[in-house]
Amino acid sequence: MKILVCISNVPDTTSKINFTDDDTKFDTNGVQFVINPNDEFGLTRAMWFKEKQGATVHVATVGEATTEPTIRKALAIGADEAIRVNAAPTDGYFVAQQLAEVIKSGGYDLIIAGRESIDYNGGMVPGMIAAMLDMNFVNTCISLEIEGENATAVREIDGGKEKIATSLPLIIGGQKGLVEESDLRIPNMRGIMMARQKKLNVVEAVGGTQATKDVKFERPAPKGAVKLVDSANIDELVNLLHNEAKVI
Amino acid sequence: MSVLVYTETEKGKFKKNAFEVASYANAVAQQLGTTVTAIAFGADNAEELGTYGVSKVLNVAEASLSDFNARAFALSIAQAVSSEEAKVVLLSSSTDSKFLAGILAGKLSAGYAPNVVAAPETTEPFIVKRTAFSNKGFAHTQIDTDIKIVGVSNNAFGVVENPTSADVAAFSPQINESDFSTKSVEVDKVVGKATIADADIVVSGGRGLKGPENWGLIEELAEVLGAATACSKPVSDLGWRPHSEHVGQTGKPVASNLYIAIGISGAIQHLAGVSASKVKVVINTDPEAPFFKAADYGIVGDAFEVVPELTEKLKEFKAQNA
Ligand SMILES: Cc1cc2nc3c(=O)[nH]c(=O)nc-3n(C[C@H](O)[C@H](O)[C@H](O)COP(=O)(O)OP(=O)(O)OC[C@H]3O[C@@H](n4cnc5c(N)ncnc54)[C@H](O)[C@@H]3O)c2cc1C
Ligand SMILES: Cc1cc2nc3c(=O)[nH]c(=O)nc-3n(C[C@H](O)[C@H](O)[C@H](O)COP(=O)(O)OP(=O)(O)OC[C@H]3O[C@@H](n4cnc5c(N)ncnc54)[C@H](O)[C@@H]3O)c2cc1C
Repeated sequence: MKILVCISNVPDTTSKINFTDDDTKFDTNGVQFVINPNDEFGLTRAMWFKEKQGATVHVATVGEATTEPTIRKALAIGADEAIRVNAAPTDGYFVAQQLAEVIKSGGYDLIIAGRESIDYNGGMVPGMIAAMLDMNFVNTCISLEIEGENATAVREIDGGKEKIATSLPLIIGGQKGLVEESDLRIPNMRGIMMARQKKLNVVEAVGGTQATKDVKFERPAPKGAVKLVDSANIDELVNLLHNEAKVI
Repeated sequence: MSVLVYTETEKGKFKKNAFEVASYANAVAQQLGTTVTAIAFGADNAEELGTYGVSKVLNVAEASLSDFNARAFALSIAQAVSSEEAKVVLLSSSTDSKFLAGILAGKLSAGYAPNVVAAPETTEPFIVKRTAFSNKGFAHTQIDTDIKIVGVSNNAFGVVENPTSADVAAFSPQINESDFSTKSVEVDKVVGKATIADADIVVSGGRGLKGPENWGLIEELAEVLGAATACSKPVSDLGWRPHSEHVGQTGKPVASNLYIAIGISGAIQHLAGVSASKVKVVINTDPEAPFFKAADYGIVGDAFEVVPELTEKLKEFKAQNA
């Protein structure tokens, strides 16, 4: 089985989000970039396929040279080879087109992407790829088993879960549940050393349309001070929720 | 030209988010000087959408399309887009709508802006405001493609009545057998309980509750309020509660009217996922807990004392206001 894990390079979850250039750009100053958490679960699941069933695992990112530490980390965790499409990932549509090209030329059976990239929260890249390549697709995927050509997936739905039967080639939008938090791998010294020898293929972008453009950013309005209610006076909270906030 | 909105149903009845996206669609149609067409799959009372300004409903009655299938639904919506010559397509932020959104955008070569919180700022160019960076910011996104897809955030625009009469027409999309190659084999869903996605109120518990045996506190409070229950990430990682209840940046997003956080410290990743909720109440023993800075109302106190009393007071309140 040939697996491609799509990796978005995102600000660490603790990052403060600021904007520059008259609020038209995300300020990357002092921001630590990491593998998108949803993709990290997917990468670990891919390693399990490799170890238990035999698979080749490639990782791909669409991004400029600055994303290489993130992709090297994926190699250190155990991916066999990496592909970087050398372009600024301007929007989800552009990224999906680039990844669709990588998938077409690489002949992958299984594509593991994340449900959502935690930076721009698009939640669109895997679905777009599925449409562009007419592939089977399962989103919000929390479990995936593969036997031969057949795949059994579980996806999260509002209020529960749904079991899905499908087949390869398949793309998923994965999240926690594919593996647990405690299963995530931290690169060790040997992995980091080995990663240096592994292939990181840089390919140029092909055409590509930017369908959307973020023209301006804004930070949320600062929050007013909290109203504290004495624990001996809980009636007051009920009163505030009813008469002031009008939510009960 | 019209504006097309996908209105979701559950067992033939419209979901609340259907009325919200229909209301949003109506606002867009007014800006563009056109009308709203809705597409629904097996709606029992399709004409109900008229209340929210929808003047035409394409109701799909095919038995093969009675249950959600992302690809088949996306292709059906794409066919409705072309038959209606729609230029703007509206979707909700439910898990199902987000599932089909990417497929639809790929098929229509359309730009898609998700998590949109307000009516378009301008339609020429077409710019919408959406949340980004897990609620730590907003982006004003310009969609440049001929067809534009907008995913409307839950509970941001609201339900707005705009009564008109809706013509209901049967719609029969052409879908091949091969488009059903992902098949649902089993659905495991809580019935009769509010879900985090739709609930007006969410009651959430953190590690401060000490163990799963104490969740009765959370459930009783949720029951009085008709609320969904949720939890912080460590609580689900520890197996105290199912993963489906984990909310935050890496869990489910919450955009309820009221979010009550009990024994949750308010870590940045937790706040990112719940800050779209309109009113936040925090109950925590530690006055320095970061959540107090992000909350509207707070009680510094022990959950084991405060919560049962709050539940009692709310019961009295509900009894008086019933
Ligand atoms: C400096 C900088 C500025 C940027 N500015 C913008 C901007 O203004 N607007 C904007 O929309 N995007 C911008 N991006 C790109 C953004 O990081 C995403 O790569 C891209 O927009 C897709 O985001 P999404 O939220 O739609 O992805 P989603 O659809 O939420 O991502 C889902 C999954 O798709 C895969 N995926 C997503 N992006 C990539 C990628 N680049 N490479 C490989 N796999 C990927 C991952 O598996 C991810 O889990 C910028 C990136 C950088 C570095
Ligand atoms: C990559 C990444 C992603 C993450 N994503 C998420 C996410 O999506 N969602 C999420 O929730 N977290 C997430 N986290 C974890 C986050 O950083 C915090 O560790 C977590 O939110 C803390 O959970 P908690 O508030 O339940 O526990 P704690 O931080 O331990 O807080 C417990 C609180 O309970 C209070 N308390 C104790 N006893 C009582 C009592 N008797 N009555 C009332 N209050 C009491 C304490 O004062 C304390 O404030 C993520 C972390 C990382 C690194």
